[in-house]
Amino acid sequence: MDSERNDEDGGYSGPILYYTDAVIDHFTNPRNVGEMADDEADGYACIGDPGCGDEMKLWIAVRDERIERIAFKSYGCPGAISTSSMLTVLAEGRTLDEALAITDDDVVGALGGIPENKQHCSLLGVKALRAAVASARR
Amino acid sequence: MERRFVYMDYNATTPLRPEVKAEMIEDLELYANASSLHEAGRKARSRIERSRAAVAALIGAKDPERVVFTSGGSESNNTVFATMFHLGRKGGRKGIVTTKIEHPCVLNAAKWLADEGFPVTFLDVDEYGVVDMDQLRRAVGPETLLVSVMAANNEIGTVQDIRAIAAIAKAAGAYMHTDATQSVGKIPVSVDDWGVDYMTMSCHKLYGPKGIGGLYVREGRPLEPLIRGGHQEHGFRAGTYNNQGIMGFGLAAELAKAELDDYVERIGGLRRRLRDGILAAVPKCRVNGHPERVLPNTLNVSFPGAEGEAILLSLDLEGIRVSTGSACASGSLDPSHVLMATGVGPELAHGSIRFSLGRDSTEEDVDYVVSRIGPIIARLRSMSTVSY
Ligand SMILES: Cc1ncc(COP(=O)(O)O)c(C=O)c1O
Repeated sequence: MDSERNDEDGGYSGPILYYTDAVIDHFTNPRNVGEMADDEADGYACIGDPGCGDEMKLWIAVRDERIERIAFKSYGCPGAISTSSMLTVLAEGRTLDEALAITDDDVVGALGGIPENKQHCSLLGVKALRAAVASARR
Repeated sequence: MERRFVYMDYNATTPLRPEVKAEMIEDLELYANASSLHEAGRKARSRIERSRAAVAALIGAKDPERVVFTSGGSESNNTVFATMFHLGRKGGRKGIVTTKIEHPCVLNAAKWLADEGFPVTFLDVDEYGVVDMDQLRRAVGPETLLVSVMAANNEIGTVQDIRAIAAIAKAAGAYMHTDATQSVGKIPVSVDDWGVDYMTMSCHKLYGPKGIGGLYVREGRPLEPLIRGGHQEHGFRAGTYNNQGIMGFGLAAELAKAELDDYVERIGGLRRRLRDGILAAVPKCRVNGHPERVLPNTLNVSFPGAEGEAILLSLDLEGIRVSTGSACASGSLDPSHVLMATGVGPELAHGSIRFSLGRDSTEEDVDYVVSRIGPIIARLRSMSTVSY
C-alpha cells in the first residue's frame, strides 16, 4: 500500500489518502501491547465500544508521579491500533502532568499524519490516557 | 507459500478481459458518431446494435430493442425510480416496495421518493439475507407502483427468488424491477423466466469497461428519461453513443454467456475450497449469506474479535485485495447495512470480510489466502479487547 507522498502523485497536496510508513509500522508491530494485573496497574481505563468499531484498554504503572510502564489492548481499525501504540510511546516515562498535555495532534503528528476520514479513530488513545491518569490519582 | 498478488474483490469491479480490451482499442479508431448518417456512422451504429443483441441474449431478452444502454448500474436504477416518480406524481399508485439490503443507489433513490411523499417499504430479510416473503405479500397491494428487489446481493451474495417475487408484484398490478448488477454473468439470468419489467445491469462487473451498463425494459412498460436530449436510445437516454463502452459490453456479454456454465462450476468450487479452508484455519468465524442460494463467487465471513479494516490492511500487506463491511473503512460509524439487516449485530458486522472470486482466480490464490488468514486473525485477536 502506498504510504508517503512521492513524486508520482504529481505534486498532489490534498488530504493524505494512504497510511504513512509509521502508521503501518505501528499497526504491524504495535508497541506496549499487553495487559497489567490489578496489583501492577495504578491507573486503568477502557474507552470506546466494539459495537461502534473500536475499543481500547489502557493500563499505567506509576512511580514518583511518572508513567513507568504502560500497556494497551485494542479492538479497532489500523488507525486506532497505530495511534494507540504511538500514544503509549509518547506517554511512557512522562510525568502524569506531561501525559495529560499530550494531544491528538501530537499522536497524529508523530505518525506523520493519518487520512482525514480516519481521524476519529485516533481519538481513543488520548481519552484513555487521560482517564487512566485520573484513575491513578484517585 | 511464497508471497503473491491475489485479487479477491471482483464484486467491486473486474479487470478488463484482454479480448475486450483489444476490441475496444481497435474500435477507438472508428470515431464516427453512431448517429451520423454517412457510411462511417452507420458502421459504428451497426456495431452498437450487434452489442445490444449480445447483451439481450445474455439476459434472455428476445427483442434487443428492449435493452437501453446507460452509464452503469447506478444510472439504470435511478432511471427506474425517476420513472416511478413521474408516474406517481400524476396520480394513482404510489407505493414502492424494496428491501433493506439494496445497493445504496437503490436505497437512496427510494429514500428520495419517500422524501417526495411516496409510501416506501423497506422489507426485512432473514438471517441469510433472504427477503421475507410473508412481509412482501402483506406490503404489496393495489396501491403498489413498484417492487424493486436485487437479484443477488453484492456483499453477502444471497440470491433471491425473483420469479416468486415478480409473481406477487404482477398479481397486484405493480411493476417489477430487479437490480441484477451482481448476477449477470455469474448465474443464469432470464428476464422472461423471472417475469421482470425492468432489470439493471452493469458492464464492469463482467470483465468489461466501467461507465457502461444497461437497463432492460419490457415492452409496453413506461420509461422516463433521466437524461433528456437527442433521439439516442429512442429518446430514453440522450447523449452521443459511447461506442467503445458499448462494444466492450457486447463482447463481454457474449463471452460471459458462452462461459457461464464453466464459471458457475469452477468458481463455485473455488468458493467452497476457500470457505472450507477459512473455517478450518480460523476458529470461531462464521460465514454470512445463504448456505446454498448464493453467488458462486461471493464469500462473506465474520471474524469475531478482529476489526474488518485491520483484517483488510493485514491482507493487503500480504498482497491480498478484499473488501470489508466495517464502518471504519468508509469513515462512518455504521457497519454494513446488509449485515445489520441479517441480524449479525454491529460487532460481528465490523469484523467481516468479503472475498469475491473471479475468472482469474486459481486454487493457488485460494490456498495462499487460507495460509495467511489464520495468523492474521490470531495476531489481531491477541491484541483485542474483545473476547469471542
Ligand atoms: C448491486 C449493485 N447495484 C448497483 C451497482 C452500481 O453499479 P455501477 O458501478 O455500474 O453504477 C453496484 C456496483 O457497485 C452493485 O453491486
